[in-house]
Amino acid sequence: MASREQFSVLVEVRLREGIADPQGATIERALPALGMTGVTGVRAGKAFRFEVSASDEGDARAQATVVADRLLANPVIEESAVTVSPGPPAGAAGSAA
Amino acid sequence: MTTRVGVVMFPGTNCEHDAVLALERLGVSADLVWHRTSSVRGYDALVLPGGFAHGDYLRPGAIARFSPVMEAVGRFAADGGPVVGICNGFQVLTEAGLLPGALQKNRGLRFLCTTVGVRVESSDSVLTGGIATGTELQIPVNHFEGNYTCDAGTLAVLHGEERVILRYLDNPNGSIDDIAGVCNEARNVVGLMPHPERASDPLLGSVDGSVLLAALVRSAVPRAPASVA
Repeated sequence: MASREQFSVLVEVRLREGIADPQGATIERALPALGMTGVTGVRAGKAFRFEVSASDEGDARAQATVVADRLLANPVIEESAVTVSPGPPAGAAGSAA
Repeated sequence: MTTRVGVVMFPGTNCEHDAVLALERLGVSADLVWHRTSSVRGYDALVLPGGFAHGDYLRPGAIARFSPVMEAVGRFAADGGPVVGICNGFQVLTEAGLLPGALQKNRGLRFLCTTVGVRVESSDSVLTGGIATGTELQIPVNHFEGNYTCDAGTLAVLHGEERVILRYLDNPNGSIDDIAGVCNEARNVVGLMPHPERASDPLLGSVDGSVLLAALVRSAVPRAPASVA
């Protein structure tokens, strides 16, 4: 039986190109008040982190992609990017970062 | 035989009693159906009312889609049974893939709670049957994520098959093509953002919602008890 390993996953969900993002636009409009006049193209999204037990990195990615595509993102308006790294998540040892 | 309507209730649904009352006043029997139920046997029509199913966590309707009752709702719909999703119920039906498109945050990021004018665009659906095209109705909306969107191909299909059944007279939320309600290809599944149950008594300022609910009741042909699991 293949051994199982832990992988940490980051799924970033964002609105598809061309889908209006009123949240991102509102954030962008607030930036000049901070003195940030050169920041454009703000798009709001969501990030999800979790751990997956898998036989290898490809298996971990496949599992994470199911979670991303079938639940975390609505493909009608959103797309997702999955990042998989071996081991526990950075900061899991108790760092508040 | 009295028509029986099931009003599906998720944790966080909050318009179920309004829906039951508005339906009962049309002479049908209406029961609450808890989301853990895996059968809708015995009902002639289903309503998914408004609220915040499962707290609207992740996205409105995203978790509700996995409630056991949704498989039964899907079978009921596939069998031709009338299903209407109101507001959060509309969001649940899109997330479940029973209706196309998605509901985004309102243009302007404002929660809307106001009465709006809508126009019936097709008389061919379980919610608009027998109502003349062009009929204008005053019905409240109450939502943050009611901005209907879909891709250009889907919109073309909705146009081609006349599946936009309600449009806003004065678009309050940025919905593509002023869409307030759509139906599926078989026209037995309808979703709309306005709340017909909140326009069901003169005391509420309008009875126009009852016009739609009465059409739903007319479409709810009593079904053989065993026809749907």
